Amino acid sequence: MSEKSVLLEVKGLSKFFPIRSKGLRRKIIGQVRAVDDVSFSILEGETLGLVGESGCGKTTTARCIMRAMTPSGGEILFRKGDGSITDIAFMSERELFPIRGDIQMIFQDPYASLNPRMNILDIIGESLLVIGGIKDREKRSQRVGELLELVGLRPEYMQRFPHAFSGGQRQRVVIARALALNPRLVVADEPVSALDVSVQAQVLNLMLKLQDEFNLTYLFVAHDLSVVKHFCDRVVVMYLGKIVELAPTEALFQAPKHPYTSALMGAVPEADPRRRADMVPLEGEVPSPANPPSGCHFHPRCPHATDLCAKEAPAFEEHAPGHFARCHHVAELNLSGVQD
Amino acid sequence: MSSETLSPDQNLPEEADAISVAPNWKLVWWRFKKHKLAMISGIIVIFIVIIAAFPGFFSTQDPSESRTRGSFIPPQAIQFWDNGPALFAYAIEGKRNPRTLKMEWITSETKKVPLRLFGRGYEWEVLGLFKTDIHLLALVNPDDPPVHILGTDRLGRDQWSRVLHGTQVSLSIGLLAVFLSTIIGIVLGGISGYFGGWIDMFIQRLIELLQSIPPIPIWLALSASLPRTWSVTQGYIAITAILALITWTGLAREVRGRFLVLREEDFVVAAKLSGCSQLRIVFRHMVPTMSSHIIAAVTLAIPVMIINETFLSFLGLGLRPPAISWGVLLQEAQNLQSVALAPWLMLPGVAVIITVIALNILGDGLRDAADPYH
Amino acid sequence: MNPDIILSIRNLKTRFFLDEGTAKAVDGVSFDVSRGQVVGIVGESGCGKSVTIKSILGIVQKPGEVVGGEIFYRRRDDGVQEPINLRDLDDRGEEMRDIRGNEIALIPQEPMAALSPVHTIGNQLIEAVRLHRDVSREEAANICIARMGEVGISNPEERMGVYSWELSGGLRQRVMIAMALVCGPKLLIADEPTTAIDVTTQAQVLNLLRRLQKEQNLAMIFITHDLGVIAQIADYVVVMYLGRVMEQGPVDDIFHNPQHPYTSALLASIPTIHSGTREELPTIGGSIPHPFNRPKGCPFYPRCPGFIPGKCDRFTPVPSPVSDKQSVACFLHSDAAEETE
Repeated sequence: MSEKSVLLEVKGLSKFFPIRSKGLRRKIIGQVRAVDDVSFSILEGETLGLVGESGCGKTTTARCIMRAMTPSGGEILFRKGDGSITDIAFMSERELFPIRGDIQMIFQDPYASLNPRMNILDIIGESLLVIGGIKDREKRSQRVGELLELVGLRPEYMQRFPHAFSGGQRQRVVIARALALNPRLVVADEPVSALDVSVQAQVLNLMLKLQDEFNLTYLFVAHDLSVVKHFCDRVVVMYLGKIVELAPTEALFQAPKHPYTSALMGAVPEADPRRRADMVPLEGEVPSPANPPSGCHFHPRCPHATDLCAKEAPAFEEHAPGHFARCHHVAELNLSGVQD
Repeated sequence: MSSETLSPDQNLPEEADAISVAPNWKLVWWRFKKHKLAMISGIIVIFIVIIAAFPGFFSTQDPSESRTRGSFIPPQAIQFWDNGPALFAYAIEGKRNPRTLKMEWITSETKKVPLRLFGRGYEWEVLGLFKTDIHLLALVNPDDPPVHILGTDRLGRDQWSRVLHGTQVSLSIGLLAVFLSTIIGIVLGGISGYFGGWIDMFIQRLIELLQSIPPIPIWLALSASLPRTWSVTQGYIAITAILALITWTGLAREVRGRFLVLREEDFVVAAKLSGCSQLRIVFRHMVPTMSSHIIAAVTLAIPVMIINETFLSFLGLGLRPPAISWGVLLQEAQNLQSVALAPWLMLPGVAVIITVIALNILGDGLRDAADPYH
Repeated sequence: MNPDIILSIRNLKTRFFLDEGTAKAVDGVSFDVSRGQVVGIVGESGCGKSVTIKSILGIVQKPGEVVGGEIFYRRRDDGVQEPINLRDLDDRGEEMRDIRGNEIALIPQEPMAALSPVHTIGNQLIEAVRLHRDVSREEAANICIARMGEVGISNPEERMGVYSWELSGGLRQRVMIAMALVCGPKLLIADEPTTAIDVTTQAQVLNLLRRLQKEQNLAMIFITHDLGVIAQIADYVVVMYLGRVMEQGPVDDIFHNPQHPYTSALLASIPTIHSGTREELPTIGGSIPHPFNRPKGCPFYPRCPGFIPGKCDRFTPVPSPVSDKQSVACFLHSDAAEETE
């Protein structure tokens, strides 16, 4: 692992949203710990998956890294193109400006992430103009044409407006926009979950191809474990704002160390009618992040929970090389992963 | 390189090209065209605007000229046929009823007053630029008695010409007041919605305060505070300002609401990630997205303004004679006696109704067309 | 009609008459649902799966209209009587209203949209019972509490008094299932009931539906775009694409012996939890055309690897059997074509 350098390191990242009272003074009466002390690093050229169910904080984590929002605490260390490392967690908009081109994003909903009033040339060309400083429209359209070809769309389409494209094609436009300034980190927030099944594979293949071609680093946020298994080198599993497990993909799917990860794998409906009996659903539902359970957040739903789990929050420890988990009982448990 | 996974040609047929490259306003226009009633209303509104721009051209007489011996003349019909195409009106003659001492107007079937199109009449100013005496409808013989299409009022002034000039004043007050209130509304609503925090709190409370004051007393108070000695122009500006200052709140709320929604949109986040400044995000991404909604809201606000002006002037608190507006004209129809005697004095009300309905339908059509993505 | 079959759809056609043109949302769809059978309809956006069930329930809204075909339904009370054609009934008539919600019940995709926020769960459930059953409020409440217990809602008596927005997504969907079951329907239609909820909750809801279906020997139509979900729950699968049925057959045949190029390509293109990391996935080229621009001939031909020029783009294949239970509409299997209009 050490041959690859760390591109981005998140240390103790947290993001709290205040809960205000209903009255006129709107006093802060509590906090939703959407992201709570999250630490991980992303290596240059790898794909790190970030999985979890709704309310686990995966999207908030991604948006903090993008600096689409400001975190409440922690560090986000980014290795710039010249090799120097800066903490972008609390940078001002002005300080962030030179880094914006290096970190780009692919959104979940390709219908919401393209401005309907702008044509494709202006949408993709915006960062070329604002950050790239390419004032000449002719030069910009040439670059946009190249980018469109790169994502498998015809350059002539740059005059068209988003409404002329299907969901899959829009997502290609979003990818082209993200690639405009040769970013080094691309955060993909559920890039295929809003697309039709028959076009998901196209977009995934395209992202893989582009990664090989440009040595891109992906932070891949998803709820679908099948896609994560297919796409990622390492996976971070989150539950209620905390990381519960972090491991290389193969190790995670073969031998998960956290009961939640194992349950998540068991809940994936497999596209094979001959594998029906396997499904063992987890009891209960994800609690509200505004009022998480004591001790280990997962204990009320955990089939292996003991008194200790309700009292004490487990530590996040390395149990095998590169395989971390946050559970008191890793040693005693023999959890099932994906059986072939 | 990706040829086997992609065949874009099949999915975007070339005949769809016109739609594919159509900017938003074109999509709005295509959709609007399908709304027949709104299209008709749009044409009516265009006519009204033309009249408002050149009332002198359509007038038959100077609207301020009074004839003491010609009061309360009923409307005269224009005739187009006299054993062949022609243009004339039957002369009208007044006789004083010896018993009631009232003037009674009788159309004489024998005496004709010939008329012509684009003839000469009194002198009027084209948009304040130059003077001309060409009118759409004029007397062939300047010495003939004038023809009153909508009759005359108490002072013998030609009501047709007065309604047309009133159109100019009432419509322009509506437009100007809406323009002013739109600017105030967009600026304050935009600031409120984009920045949030205590600025938002302050502006919202101000809007609530303004909206909680019953409008009629505040209008009365403001209008009453206008000095009687002010000229027609000063009064006009003052009324416009009063109308604008009270009505911006609704639009500001709408703009704020849309800003709040847009701020969270993915494409706005994407613009931020593309390095756009706050100013660029607001003006390049957010305002254009709202523009069609704003246009629709503004179109719907104009008739409200017109009604407000008419209402104020009718009560004698808006424009005052010698200014001519629909409200001022309707003041003439205030007492029952004159309405009974000369019901045509209520005809300016018909102009108000037509204009307000046309603008409302037009606004509805625009609003429906504004969101082609819906 | 086989006495086990309770619903038989024959050549159903539903169109949407819009300014932009006529969209053939459902174009000649036929399939049967038997007692105790789960029929899964699977397809992507624009395939007409939702419009098909709306047509069955008689709730297609303007500018849509069912323009052809038959919907034969065997009512519960008359075992000897011939099935009736639901299309002959008035959509808003008494008989249709009696069938809808009472004999054929729907579980919607978005429980939040289907539940009123201003009435308690209990009131809405009781209302649903009393609409179709002549019982007192107390009796109705007892039925509801029993049903809520059956769908795995703990403390049902207490939960009767809460509002929909006080419940989690999974509980809301359970309430919807309870509501669909209160009148003891014969046919349950589930419209993507697990799309809006999390994976672990989805597993619970699927298990619940499977259990209830087995226990009550319900006939069920289950609509989804998720091939995994369909593999887990359906006995029989109907694969739709742009308003037409591409292939239908028993679930095992569809997943392990798909005959239509669309079905096999779709199955190959989805990443599974067993697939290797970072392998290139086989894909289906292009994207789904808009229903207005449906290609002439077979709707799938522009994206089909087995496209026969001059045939697939000129004639429309009709379903023809490949085994006694599986049928495919594809010229690679049969020359049967639709007569041109």
